Amino acid sequence: MTLTDTTNEPQSPDAAPAPIFRLEGVTRTYQQKGRIVKALTGVELEIAAGEFVTIQGPTGGGKSTLLQLLGALDRPSAGVVLLGGTDIAQASDAQLGRLRATEIGFVFQGFNLIPTLTAHENVDMALEPLGLSKEERAARVTEALVHVGLDDRADHRPGELSGGQQQRVAIARAIVKRPRVLLADEPTGNLDESMRDEILAVLEKLNAEGLTLIVVTHDSAVARRASRRLRLEKGTVRDITRGR
Amino acid sequence: MYFTYLRRELAGRKKQTIIVAAGLAIAIALVIVVNSLSAGVRDAQAQALESVYGVGTDLTVTGAAFQPGDGGEGGPRFEFDETGGTTDAEGTTNLSQSRLMTDMMRGTLDAAALDTVAGVEGVAAASGALSLTNTTFSGELPQRPTEGDTGQAPPQGEQTQQGGGGGFGGGAFDVDSFTVLGIDPAATAVGPLSAVTLSDGRGLDADDAGQNVAVLDATYAASAEVAVGDTIDVGGTEIEVVGIVASTSSEADTAANVYIPLDVAQTISGAGDVISTVYVQAASAGDIAAVQSVIAAELPDASVSSQADLAANVSGSLSSASSLVSNLGTWLSLIVLAVALALAVLFTISGVSRRTREFGTLKAIGWSNGRVVGQVAGESVVQGLIGGAAGLVIGLAGIGIINLTSPTIAAASTAQDGPGQGGPGGGGGFGGGFTQAAQAAQDVVLHAPLTIWVLVAAVGIAMLGGLVAGAFGGWRAARLSPAEALRSVG
Repeated sequence: MTLTDTTNEPQSPDAAPAPIFRLEGVTRTYQQKGRIVKALTGVELEIAAGEFVTIQGPTGGGKSTLLQLLGALDRPSAGVVLLGGTDIAQASDAQLGRLRATEIGFVFQGFNLIPTLTAHENVDMALEPLGLSKEERAARVTEALVHVGLDDRADHRPGELSGGQQQRVAIARAIVKRPRVLLADEPTGNLDESMRDEILAVLEKLNAEGLTLIVVTHDSAVARRASRRLRLEKGTVRDITRGR
Repeated sequence: MYFTYLRRELAGRKKQTIIVAAGLAIAIALVIVVNSLSAGVRDAQAQALESVYGVGTDLTVTGAAFQPGDGGEGGPRFEFDETGGTTDAEGTTNLSQSRLMTDMMRGTLDAAALDTVAGVEGVAAASGALSLTNTTFSGELPQRPTEGDTGQAPPQGEQTQQGGGGGFGGGAFDVDSFTVLGIDPAATAVGPLSAVTLSDGRGLDADDAGQNVAVLDATYAASAEVAVGDTIDVGGTEIEVVGIVASTSSEADTAANVYIPLDVAQTISGAGDVISTVYVQAASAGDIAAVQSVIAAELPDASVSSQADLAANVSGSLSSASSLVSNLGTWLSLIVLAVALALAVLFTISGVSRRTREFGTLKAIGWSNGRVVGQVAGESVVQGLIGGAAGLVIGLAGIGIINLTSPTIAAASTAQDGPGQGGPGGGGGFGGGFTQAAQAAQDVVLHAPLTIWVLVAAVGIAMLGGLVAGAFGGWRAARLSPAEALRSVG
């Protein structure tokens, strides 16, 4: 049994994988200190279900902005962002909330765990909007923690866990809802090399189970493990996967 | 999970929770204590007034006060002719004379005013009374010295000066006065006798109209050493004491020293068919203002006072306590409440700012705005309820301490306008001032009663405080865009 939703996975190796994301002419501008900043300019992109995609690029290049658009946290200033059949630019706040609650898992560089809650409770927070029974929630949380190898730390608070363990709790929180896609913003940015490998192993395992993985990273070691590498520079996306 | 998160959050920031809860607790405790004290002071004022006006009197109607210069009737005037006293063998003349007079500084009402008042719509009951002061002059005058007689004055020790009197040559005299209230013996359910208990003998009833009978205030009877069956001199008329009454309050005297039938009082005093006060009971509390207006219009020369007006006549430290509670107490609790609310709001808003990343993350994992706002508001309300519970305990403890120590407050209540001053004395009369008939000085024990409404108000304020703070905090949290929230800390 896997924790990922594989209903949209390609049925045969010959069939083209269905795109989970399609971006058409996406532009995102901000007002910052009276100036208009163009974070993304006319981005065209398709990401298929089950892909492991990394996004690299210089600081301020628009990586996090792109991730937020893909994660239905933000709307584009212009263009279309399709997640499955839903246009994020046109969706209401409630629709975006539902997408985030059911389709998208997030992992942050700083883990973003709630320090007063245990590992089990932190993971459980992601199930709060789904309206599941108490038993179903408990079973799912335990399953997610087993998946990341932290079932024996369920009662520990973040302060009692190492950085790698905290990130694994964050991954458990992201996958407990059984999302179609996992978005990770520098998931190994705060970790040492051994912990980085630990997290990468978990992410690769999830991807192998069919979970679409989109990772923003500065780390080339992480990027090398991806099936597809994108580079975002000056608001424009370029595919830098070898052989493409 | 909602309550687990809430509990962990409040426990996780103990200092803020304690400060906000403590602020609200102090404010709520103050509100409880001030409210209870206020009710206690009102009760004490009512108690002080009841001894003068009786239970259930909503309005009093009195004659208009004389303005300075009007003079009134002046002080009691005693005139002695050649048969005015008895002279003993040594030539000393013993004199004694009583006079019964109406209030010198306030006019009386025609007795028909009672019918006018009773006929006003909304008046449930009315009774009239005539307030009088009996003044007795008694003393002895030595034989007038003849020309050339160098007779000596009595030794110093033999001279007496008592009461309001003064020495006169070698003689000595006393001036004694007591208050007399003429009441309708058939209508004692309203007015001063409605607030008394019978200590001995019997009360006045309808059959006593026209009879020379009296009931006495217990304190006065004890000091004057008069008992049921004795007679007293009221305005030169022998009146039989048929009963002794005491105030329902153990600390207070009744409204007057002596109560006699109204018609007897009118006759002895020579005042005629007049009354000085009409005690009015309204059919309902809501009618009082309307009844007051109608009576004032019907009797333009009379003064119509409500209980609220009468409360202004309560003086002494009770008056100080009343103004202290209503002024300082109310303002203090309002200020503390405002500060506590402001603290709660500021801490909640600052908490939301500090938890920007947390709320951004919650929104990123699918929490709706409503769920985030509910969380913030829930934490604030529980914080408020903790403060409310603590405030309730502190407030109840404060009330308990007040009731245990039972502070005594002095209260002086006067039926009309305070001590009267005699008008210009007539020739040979006394122009001295006399306290008005219906004045009662007493020590009132202050209790702080606890009502269910005070408790409801305390819990309500706590909830309101929490909700107000939660509303501000929730509003801030709802406005957070998840992208901006995560970017701002990213």
